[in-house]
Amino acid sequence: MARLSTAGVLPVMLGLLLPAADATAHGFAGDRFFPATILTDDPFVADEATPITITRDPTAADGTKTYNIEADISKRLFRDLDITFQDSWDYAKPPGSPHVTGFESLTTGLQYQLFIDAPHEAMALFGLDATWGHTGRVQALGQPDFTTISPTLDFGKGFGDMFDPFSYLRPFAITGNLSLDFPTKVESNGNPNSNNFNYGFAIEYSLEYLQHHVKDVGISPPFDHLVPLVEFALTTPLNRGQGGNTTGTVQPGLIWSGQYYQLGAEMIVPVNSLSGHGIGGLVQFHLYLDDLFPRSVGKPLFGDHRLFGS
Amino acid sequence: MRKTFAILALACFAASPALAHAFLDHALPRVGSDLPSAPTTVMIWFTQELEPAFSTLEVTDQSGNRVDAGDAQVDAKDATILHATLKPLPPGFYKVAWRVVSVDTHPTEGTFSFHVGGG
Repeated sequence: MARLSTAGVLPVMLGLLLPAADATAHGFAGDRFFPATILTDDPFVADEATPITITRDPTAADGTKTYNIEADISKRLFRDLDITFQDSWDYAKPPGSPHVTGFESLTTGLQYQLFIDAPHEAMALFGLDATWGHTGRVQALGQPDFTTISPTLDFGKGFGDMFDPFSYLRPFAITGNLSLDFPTKVESNGNPNSNNFNYGFAIEYSLEYLQHHVKDVGISPPFDHLVPLVEFALTTPLNRGQGGNTTGTVQPGLIWSGQYYQLGAEMIVPVNSLSGHGIGGLVQFHLYLDDLFPRSVGKPLFGDHRLFGS
Repeated sequence: MRKTFAILALACFAASPALAHAFLDHALPRVGSDLPSAPTTVMIWFTQELEPAFSTLEVTDQSGNRVDAGDAQVDAKDATILHATLKPLPPGFYKVAWRVVSVDTHPTEGTFSFHVGGG
């Protein structure tokens, strides 16, 4: 069994623990509002919850058809630090075999807001995720019998400061994730557990930004809160005989963000045959807890101040 | 599943409609507009009621000089409106920067521009 070496990760973590800029909840950076994207982890700490995401995955490379129902929650401990919990329940139907059901592994995270730069519509956070072994159905669904630790960098940048005030390019924004997987076991049942490089990003065009910060083009509610977007997520194994077997999906879709909740829907297109075939899809319902419950569960648990400093 | 939807519905309906981040709803002059003559006031309608003590706006010209009269205030009759009077504006580009706090203390800020004159 190979254990994650914390000697390499801890200095990086400590180096990144710089004081965060003024951090308001739920994705604001100056003119920019970043919605909670579905595939790409958000670059901001928040009090938010996704009670339900229903997904029909593209058919897997081995022919298995999978549906799942996922839920997650983010809860701020301080203004710039939150914890996350995420799990999902799967229904899988392998070809020629009875269907199997059960939970995937529980994933938790600790996230620290590195900065929010309002004039440049930019933000970033550092996170440490853990996917816990033996918390999902190991035998039936192939869930891991080992824990994986994943340091991650999530970032977002709006294009509002890059073009003239009346440019129709200003509503564009990009968010992205970079992370590395460190499994705590080298192999399971004879199959190697590689270190993986995960990378993904979302390209968004905010009609809210267009209508309210660039030019009033007459888009009325509720359409002025739509965000068309395309998300990409890719995983490349780095070692243990798996190198180069990149898998991933491209997900075009729409998010509508209201005052208290948002709705999202995306198509799921595999990037290659290793990632599956056919088209999948998902729908999501997401809650802004800080707006719904500003005086209770929507506040940081240990006070509205930063982890370091006031 | 029914229980989940019941809890969700309760969560949505239990929330007061007056509590949330304030988004810009619309403005006069209109966002990004090209005006033949100079406006005398800027008015912004928000999606939530504002906290008067912490809500303000400034209007600047291309050189960054203030061109509003410094009297920005939340409307006494409708707390979703923020307005300010303007000094006489020569033709040019102007930027409106607002920073507001909704009544539940959520801060938001934003900018938009407009143009006066035919040049």
